[in-house]
Amino acid sequence: MLKWLPVAASSYARDVDGIMILISVIVGIWLVIAEACLIYFAFRFRRRAGERAAYLPGNTGRTMAWVLVPVTLVLACDFVIEGASGPVWDKIKIHLPKSDSSVRIVGRQWAWEFDYPGPDGTIGTADDVVSVNELHVPANAVIEFELRSTDTLHSFWVPALRLKQDAVPGRKFKGWFQATRIGTYDILCAQLCGVAHTTMKGTLHVDSPEEYQRWLRSAKQG
Amino acid sequence: MAASAHAEKQSFLRTYIFSTDHKTIAKQYMLTGLVMALIGGLLAYVMRMQLAAPHQPVPGYGPVYPGPYNAMTTMHGTIMIFWVAMPVLLGGFGNFLIPLMVGTRDMAFPRLNLLSYWTFFLSTVVLLSSFFVPGGSSPVGWTAYPPLSANPAYSGAGWGVTLWIVAVALEFVAFLMGGINFIVTGINLRAVGMKLMDLPLMIWMEVTASVIFLFSVGPLVAGAVMLLLDRVAGTGFYRPEAGGDPLLFQHLFWFFGHPEVYVILLPGLGIVAEILPVFSRKPIFGYKAIVYSTLGTGILSFVVWAHHQFVSGIDPRLAMPFSITTILISVPVAITVFAFIATLWRGSIEFATPMLFSLGMLAVFLIGGVTGIINGSAPADIYVHDTYFVVAHFHYALIPPVLFSLFAGIYFWYPKMFGRVLNEGLGKIHFWFTFVFVNVTFLPQFRLGLLGHQRRIADPTTLYSLGDVKDMHWISTVGAVGLLIGQLPFIVNFFMSLVVGKRAERNPWRANTLEWSVDSPPPHGNFDPLPVVYRGAYEYSRPERGEDWWAQDAAPERVTAR
Repeated sequence: MLKWLPVAASSYARDVDGIMILISVIVGIWLVIAEACLIYFAFRFRRRAGERAAYLPGNTGRTMAWVLVPVTLVLACDFVIEGASGPVWDKIKIHLPKSDSSVRIVGRQWAWEFDYPGPDGTIGTADDVVSVNELHVPANAVIEFELRSTDTLHSFWVPALRLKQDAVPGRKFKGWFQATRIGTYDILCAQLCGVAHTTMKGTLHVDSPEEYQRWLRSAKQG
Repeated sequence: MAASAHAEKQSFLRTYIFSTDHKTIAKQYMLTGLVMALIGGLLAYVMRMQLAAPHQPVPGYGPVYPGPYNAMTTMHGTIMIFWVAMPVLLGGFGNFLIPLMVGTRDMAFPRLNLLSYWTFFLSTVVLLSSFFVPGGSSPVGWTAYPPLSANPAYSGAGWGVTLWIVAVALEFVAFLMGGINFIVTGINLRAVGMKLMDLPLMIWMEVTASVIFLFSVGPLVAGAVMLLLDRVAGTGFYRPEAGGDPLLFQHLFWFFGHPEVYVILLPGLGIVAEILPVFSRKPIFGYKAIVYSTLGTGILSFVVWAHHQFVSGIDPRLAMPFSITTILISVPVAITVFAFIATLWRGSIEFATPMLFSLGMLAVFLIGGVTGIINGSAPADIYVHDTYFVVAHFHYALIPPVLFSLFAGIYFWYPKMFGRVLNEGLGKIHFWFTFVFVNVTFLPQFRLGLLGHQRRIADPTTLYSLGDVKDMHWISTVGAVGLLIGQLPFIVNFFMSLVVGKRAERNPWRANTLEWSVDSPPPHGNFDPLPVVYRGAYEYSRPERGEDWWAQDAAPERVTAR
């Protein structure tokens, strides 16, 4: 059995997958019907000696119903898809839930830099913990991130979290995720950012709370 | 006007090089586009080989390094959109067909047409020269997003990007001049008796495409000039450290870039709309509905651009409105496609090569269309954005007009253009190669995207951790090589038939539109006398008539009987 999507490792991964599956099923049905009609009509009405084509210009409302009724159903499907999409978009990108901890993510040519607040709880002070290409988060904690870039566009892309957000120099974006599955996952860059774009890759470590604390201590000493 | 001079003998230079004859200009555009298609295809070959067998020298090229790889993705996209799709579908078919189909002697402004082609030619020279400058051609993607494109320090490319901007701007100028001609000629120079609703759908599609282009290209030209100034004059339109905003360019680019998709798609649909009735011997189903859907698609295409930017950093509250407009475009496009399929119902379908390519166009385009809905949904786009899923989607959406319609159109109108008929056997081999290998190439890329594989990756080994990336790239590469080899029968056919092809009569397909009422190829000046039109373009198989076609300019019988 082919696995179509990576493991779902965030609290909203199932929502994104749900939308993709919903749309795939709806458009899949349309695709099969349309292709079947195309192939069947072409084959069924292939040229035969002595048979003449019908004169059907489709210039009356009655005959156009053959097109307009299916199109109305297409429109209805559009509304179903958008109706389901809106709340998911809202949840992921518009409303930031109350967070348990925060991290600043900075994209630069060609690495991801992660900046954790130190004991003082604020990012950008001397006691910060900084790591490169290694993002550690405790499982099930709501992480608020601030995304920046120092040079070109980058795109913070973690397939397992179903999270993608461009980083734009001169701007700061807030976002969030809640990793729900302990493990390590790829962090990629999804926006062409120069000659070594391909190598801009990091690792997300979703740790148990104890492991996370252990890592934080060792990182501080390092 | 050149129209009045059609009987005069002209010098070689005026006849074949600096000609004002729309048919010669059409062939110039088409030939340039086909040569560029070969270059774009060879770039794809090098990239696909690198993706299947990373770090191994590509036969005929050598080892592929990341810098040149990025330049190849950039140039492949740029060439296929601006130097293949537009010159062939608009410059080639538009120029050839608009005056012939509306029944006039030439374009409204023949000298402007001449200037249009030679500006385009100049842009081609500038673009190709960028392969040979220090640092190579532009490696910043066909979308040329700043700051990467604005600051040479980030991309490592100097002249390449600058020449790219100049070439693209020149290309736009060329098609602006062409577009004005298309609109004026298609609407104003119609033959006596030809009402707007008698126009062949190809004309509606070409004119609508030109109007879309005309209205959308301005912002991008301004955007490109600002980008050029950022590069060469140190301005800061897009550089944040100088107070600029990279996102500004994205809006300007996609305000043009998305309508551009329809600039390409509509002529592709127009070609299919001309061919389906001829080889089904039926009127196109729902002519007026298709016309209004075309106009509706054109209007809607202006309010969807930010669907390219859902995760770009725009205000997230903007996403859903753009998501809705995007998905609503499915309505007019569905009307057109369903009407095309309905045209087949109770027809008398002949599987000649132009018809095979037209049916193939629809079969492939349906996949491109429905996968667009996944990209168009804002939350689903969080996942698929900038992955191979998008790459697969837009190849499925653009290969139908750019490859299938193009070939359908060439097999269909070649007799009119060159006075000879293309070989059917080679044509059918060409079709099946193309149809099968397009799918072998691009179906695996949907899977790559769903695994999380991003676009524009020079070295896929870094992504083997995602799953069966290696196998999918292999299948895709086998498809791409097969697709390229599958074009050989076409190239052989095209040149061989010029010499040994069966001589074409005026109307080898028994079609109704006006271009078939003149010699193959048509003489300079096209019509003598100018035609009079009595009916629409699709009066096939009328029950009261003996023949199953009825030319637009055939005088009604009661008139000739008297």
